[in-house]
Amino acid sequence: MRFSRTSKALGVAAVLAMALTACGGSGDGGGNAGGDTSKVISANSTEPQNGLLPANTNEVGGGRVMDLIFTGLVSYDVKGAIQNELAESIKTEDSQNYTIKLKSGETFSDGSPITAQNFVDAWNFGAAAKNTQLNSYFFESIKGYDKVSAADSTLDKMEGLKVVDDQTFTVELAAPESDFPLRLGYTAFYPLPESAYKDPAAFGQDPIGNGPYKLDTGGWQHNVAVKLVVNDKYNGPRKAKNGGVTFKLYNSTDAAYTDVQSDNLDVLDQVPPSGLQNFKTDFKDRFVNQPYAGNATMTIPSYLPEFKGEAGQMRRQAISMAIDRQQIIDKIFYGNKKVAAEFTSPVLDGYDANLPGSDVLKFDAAKAKAMWEKADAISPWPAGKVFTITSNIDGAGNKEYITAMANQIATNLGIKAELNPIATFKEMRDLVNKKKLTGASRAGWQADYPSLYNFLGPLYGTGAGSNDGDYSNPAFDAKLKEGLSAKTVEAGNKIFNDSQEILLKDLPVVPLWYQAVQGVWSNNVNTVQFGWNGVPLYYDITAK
Amino acid sequence: MFTLRRFLQLIPVFFGATLLVYFLVFATPGDPIAALSGGKPMAPAVEAALRAQYNLDQPFWIQYGLYLKNLVTLNLGQTFSGQEVAAVIGRAYPVTARLAIMALAFEAIFGVFFGVIAGLRKGKLFDSTVLVASLIVIAVPTFVLGFVLQLVVGVQLGWAKPTVSGAAPWNELILPALVLGLVSLAYVIRLTRASISENMNADYVRTATAKGLSRRRVVVVHILRNSLIPVVTFLGADLGALMGGAIVTEGIFNVPGVGNLLYKAILNGETPTVVAVVGILVIVFVIANLVVDLLYAWLDPRIRYV
Amino acid sequence: MSENLTPDKDLSPAATPPARQGKVSSRVIEHYVAPLEETPLSAVDSVDVTAAPLSLWAEAWRNLRKQPLFIISTLLILLVLVVAIFPQLFANVDPTSCDLGNSAEGARSGHPLGFTLQGCDVYSRVIYGTRASLMVGLFTTIGVLIIGGVMGALAGYYGGWIDVILARLGDVFFALPLILGSIVMMQLPAFRENRSVWTVVLVLVIFGWPQIARITRGAVIENRNADFVTASKALGLSRFKALVRHVVPNSLAPIIVVASISLGTFIVAEATLSFLGIGLPFSVMSWGNDIASAQPQVRNNPAVLLWPAVALSITVLSFIMLGDALRDALDPKARKR
Repeated sequence: MRFSRTSKALGVAAVLAMALTACGGSGDGGGNAGGDTSKVISANSTEPQNGLLPANTNEVGGGRVMDLIFTGLVSYDVKGAIQNELAESIKTEDSQNYTIKLKSGETFSDGSPITAQNFVDAWNFGAAAKNTQLNSYFFESIKGYDKVSAADSTLDKMEGLKVVDDQTFTVELAAPESDFPLRLGYTAFYPLPESAYKDPAAFGQDPIGNGPYKLDTGGWQHNVAVKLVVNDKYNGPRKAKNGGVTFKLYNSTDAAYTDVQSDNLDVLDQVPPSGLQNFKTDFKDRFVNQPYAGNATMTIPSYLPEFKGEAGQMRRQAISMAIDRQQIIDKIFYGNKKVAAEFTSPVLDGYDANLPGSDVLKFDAAKAKAMWEKADAISPWPAGKVFTITSNIDGAGNKEYITAMANQIATNLGIKAELNPIATFKEMRDLVNKKKLTGASRAGWQADYPSLYNFLGPLYGTGAGSNDGDYSNPAFDAKLKEGLSAKTVEAGNKIFNDSQEILLKDLPVVPLWYQAVQGVWSNNVNTVQFGWNGVPLYYDITAK
Repeated sequence: MFTLRRFLQLIPVFFGATLLVYFLVFATPGDPIAALSGGKPMAPAVEAALRAQYNLDQPFWIQYGLYLKNLVTLNLGQTFSGQEVAAVIGRAYPVTARLAIMALAFEAIFGVFFGVIAGLRKGKLFDSTVLVASLIVIAVPTFVLGFVLQLVVGVQLGWAKPTVSGAAPWNELILPALVLGLVSLAYVIRLTRASISENMNADYVRTATAKGLSRRRVVVVHILRNSLIPVVTFLGADLGALMGGAIVTEGIFNVPGVGNLLYKAILNGETPTVVAVVGILVIVFVIANLVVDLLYAWLDPRIRYV
Repeated sequence: MSENLTPDKDLSPAATPPARQGKVSSRVIEHYVAPLEETPLSAVDSVDVTAAPLSLWAEAWRNLRKQPLFIISTLLILLVLVVAIFPQLFANVDPTSCDLGNSAEGARSGHPLGFTLQGCDVYSRVIYGTRASLMVGLFTTIGVLIIGGVMGALAGYYGGWIDVILARLGDVFFALPLILGSIVMMQLPAFRENRSVWTVVLVLVIFGWPQIARITRGAVIENRNADFVTASKALGLSRFKALVRHVVPNSLAPIIVVASISLGTFIVAEATLSFLGIGLPFSVMSWGNDIASAQPQVRNNPAVLLWPAVALSITVLSFIMLGDALRDALDPKARKR
């Protein structure tokens, strides 16, 4: 059609561009010196799904805004290491009792001081069931959470939180958790000013925060844009290097992509499937392509009769080995992902690509077929049964890779396999929550905070909230507990990696690949850095 | 009288449509509250409280009854994000109305113009060219055609911004309106062409020609006026389709209109939004059809309503 | 009409030579018309009162079968039908055996149109996709023609309360979003387990009939007071028979036009539904499905999208041509003698 000639011409340029960009996306941010720090930059986002309250924001559209207009005790730097924001110090002897000291003289954007009380009140507000905050489960490790979160509970204070003085408070957890400090940079743990509680719904529409930016007057234009301006009361490490950030709200990243191409938008943090093959040539030296803390997996629920017991374990392994992950990455994602070697993410501290037993994640058609036949000898695969992979397809880009995966499984194992498409996300969640899946399902995890445990505990612990496949193994649970009560994060990570060896045998999910962020930016801004979680460091962007 | 009666008919139609659409959303599978949690865990107590807040724990008739009760006080309900549905729709409808009117004008003007020429020169080169162009428009779905046009006009040629900005001014809506109206354009061209070629041999045309009227006058005053009934019927029905069915076009050009709002609300099971959007659409339909019926009488004096 | 025939002028029958009444020209014109009784009708010209009159349809058929437009379009449709029924005669590559290794490869021997992103043979998929696409297009069109045609004709012809109820019912159905309706319909227990072409046809008919109904209603309103209707009623035809025999056939032109285009748009609508996961299951091949899947690669590999679109275009073209021919044949005014 019309583009055949153009695309060939671009193809020649591609080789050049690759050479040029070898250092383009490295992200040590040296290129920002001398940029214009007064201009407002624009970036893509989606309409926040809920009011802008810390414990009620659980999706990216709202999260991006919250992380800029609020700040907590700590924040994460570009590599995911924690840096102090409002915390002077966070101390513990036993990983269960923490004493938190605040920096003095910090204020909200309206000038009111930030005290220990602001934190304790905000956390209590977020945890209490009567306030219906979506992130309330984030406070579950704090002592007393079970009481405030019980149905019809009128309690709204957790006994684990105590204010010592204006700058100090203590946190007592229900059990030791060595990675608790890592969590404190997450949205749910931000403080709230006193004024928030009078009418939380109204506050959510026009919040007063304490981050590097604040919401412009009337800045949230629903379904159109969210406009942020610099908050000059902010003194933390994420000082704004531009005059403000305007989030343009898009319904599709395709539209945003064309906008960046024509310099109508400054930063796009997700190249759409239609651009994956072209973004390196379209943007020459204005893109990044780097891993972030997220992965894609395929859940095989434990309640499926064919996947129980010894035969079930063999089948899981056979399916895992029947998938040629690299081929799917090359052909469907144009090489823009990395094959998974375990259950977490390579950007995390403690990541180990060579865990014993990780061979099961390597493609081996012959071994897969042999393993499948061995399982059949124990208990035969029902004749004519189709191995289905269920996925909602209202989001972009799921259909293609699952179809490819199903084709590979069908070819390599000699069974029927296909995508079972579900029209809406709400129906998909319903199937998962009510344990009504009849086959495998698409899954994946994006880190809330940079920790191995965040990829393991909430997903595979017995009865854990996101344990979609209903996996349960006492040995694994014991390892998790041991890791959490370790004295240091490093010691904990070693134990968490031990626990992954159990997962590699049981394969409650089949790890597929690690996610990578493909981001592009316009001619109007200097090099953009993307963080450990794939989110651009908006505060660090300078205009040309 | 005729007009007044038509407005009275709006009442049962409105309630019928809202009831039906409320039921349809109610019947869609899945749990909106589960989707709200984004696949992450949610405390059971929070879940129950949210369910109660949106009346989702009630049986269908009570839910609908509560909705009607609010409706009487002009309260259209709230979205899951806590905004007033009335405000959300109030922002989106003007944008979509602009887009739909532009698309309608585009298809009416160009459709009739090309259709007349094609009808007068049936079987000639122009006629065949228009036919082939219509085929492309029919066979290539909007999500492809819009995407390609956006890329060529918006990015490669740079003639227009590839997307529409928040205020959605008229000039930025030209390209989206064009894309939106393309498929209907094919209908209008072929309807006009058929009607014109049918009427060319009518007795009154022979009479008019025999009277010595100029060809232009014969075509415009006599043939065209008598050929427009099917076209007007189509356009009248299309206005509503353009307003409610612009999901794909609005998505491509990021137009903050009703189509996307409706689509997202359907996917999320946000009943108040879906019902309000459809309720207004039905009113638009009934009024558009009233206008069409009045136009019939104007176009063809033999048609009378009592 | 009747007023004009009142004998205000002295019309003496069978006067020879026929004298012009009223304003008489001063010129003398010679008339060479023989009196009727002197020249009996020859056998050829006489009306055979025993022969059954040709119906509108029979006359149309006589007219039709000579038209090149009709012959070409019928041949094309036959070809598409044969492909739909016996795809294996036209393609020998299995369209479902896809090797990702061939992903987006160009044409080569045995694979004249190259491969899709999933590594399936494009040519084979176009051939095998014919059946589902044609079924969706054809049966949906027939369905909306029957329901919409009947509803629209009754509403337009009888008017009054019938019109109010049928037309407003159409408004309600037209306002319901197709996507919402489809999501609900596809969940009904009867459809959930065995989703097929018929499910899609049913959904498209339920939400598509109001358009044809409105077009039919408009055309019927235009014709219901025409002279030939009055005449046929005067000849003793019942109201309903007048509708069926005279009003409807004369209102067909716009209906045929809309139906022949809709056939194509229904095939594309199926693509949109499939795209959203509520159309045909992915195991059923269709042009719509393939067009939708090819969309993300339209910049780099447009051929994958082009071929199913071309097949769709040819099908729509042949139905539009057939519609044109049929319309010309049915239109007494356009008939050349």
